[in-house]
Amino acid sequence: MPVTIELHKTITASNDADARALREELSRKGILLVNLMSSPGSGKTTLLSRTIRDLPEISIAVLEADIDSDVDAGRIERLGARALQLHTDGMCHVDAGMTARGLEVLGEEGSDIVFLENVGNLICPAEFDTGAHKNVMLLSVPEGDDKPLKYPLMFRKSDALLITKTDALPFFTFDTEAAVRRARRLNPDIRIFCVSAKTGEGMADWEEWLLSCMN
Amino acid sequence: MHELGIVLHVMKTLEDLAPEHNITSIGSVTLEIGEVSGIMYEQFTDCWNYFRKRHPLLEKSELKIEILPAVTFCEDCRKTYETVRYGRTCPYCGSGETYLVTGNECSIKEIEAE
Repeated sequence: MPVTIELHKTITASNDADARALREELSRKGILLVNLMSSPGSGKTTLLSRTIRDLPEISIAVLEADIDSDVDAGRIERLGARALQLHTDGMCHVDAGMTARGLEVLGEEGSDIVFLENVGNLICPAEFDTGAHKNVMLLSVPEGDDKPLKYPLMFRKSDALLITKTDALPFFTFDTEAAVRRARRLNPDIRIFCVSAKTGEGMADWEEWLLSCMN
Repeated sequence: MHELGIVLHVMKTLEDLAPEHNITSIGSVTLEIGEVSGIMYEQFTDCWNYFRKRHPLLEKSELKIEILPAVTFCEDCRKTYETVRYGRTCPYCGSGETYLVTGNECSIKEIEAE
C-alpha cells in the first residue's frame, strides 16, 4: 500500500539551502559575492572592466557565465583581474551549486569582491538564488524604459539597478524618469544608479555603494 | 531550458528528503504549479522522464502536476480577477495598480512512497 507524504517544499528548496550555505561561508571569509544580471549586450563586462580599473586597491575576481565562448573572461583577464569562464551548456541561468564549483576552481581566497556575471537573460536568472550577497541588474538605455513592465521579477529581486549607457541617451527615446518610477513601483527599496562606463558618468556613486556593501 | 534546471533541483530535494522518511522508492510526485509560473508542463514532464532513469529512488516515479489558477488583486477597487484573461489592468476599474495573489507557485506538494 503506497504511503502519501505531504511535503509542501518549494521546488528550488535544494538550491535555496546550497545558496544559504555558500553565502554564509563567503561572509566568514570576508568576501562579497555580487550577482550581476541583465539582457545580453547591456554592458555587464564593460561595467566590470571600468569598475576594476577604478578600484585598483580592491581585489576583484569575476566568474563569467555564458552558454558558450570565453570572450568575456578574456576581456577581464587582460585587465589583470582573475576570471573564470563558466559554461552552462545550454542552461539559461546559474544556480548556487554551479557558483560554488566555479568559486572553488577560481580560488576565491584573497578576493575582496567576486562578481558573478550571470547568463544574459532577464527572466530565469532571477528565479535562482546563486548564494550572492547582493543582486544587481543592468538596464541599458537602448533596451527601453518599458523593461520593468515586461520583466517584473528581476526588478523585484535586485538590490540595485544600474541604468547603463547613459552616454547614448541623446540617441534614444529612453525616459529615465519613467524607468525609475516603474522600477520603484515593483521594488521601493531598490538603489538606482545612472552610469556610463564609457564616459565614467555616475560610476563613483555605484562604486561607493559597492564598497559600502563590503562591510 | 529552464525546466531542466528545475527538474534537477526537485530530484535533488527528494533525494535529500528520502532518508528522513525511510523511503527507497517513490511511486509518484505531485507538484503544484501556478498558471503563470512560466513552467512549460510538457517540457517539464519530458525532462522528468529522461532523468528519473538515473536515480534508483525515482526510476518508477510518475509525475503529477496540479495547476493553480492565477488571480490578481486590484489595489484601487479591492477586487480580484483572472490574471490570464485580463493581464495587469483591472477589468473592473481600469487601474494598473494590481498585483498577483496566486499563480506563481512552484512547490512539491506530496509524494507517494512505495
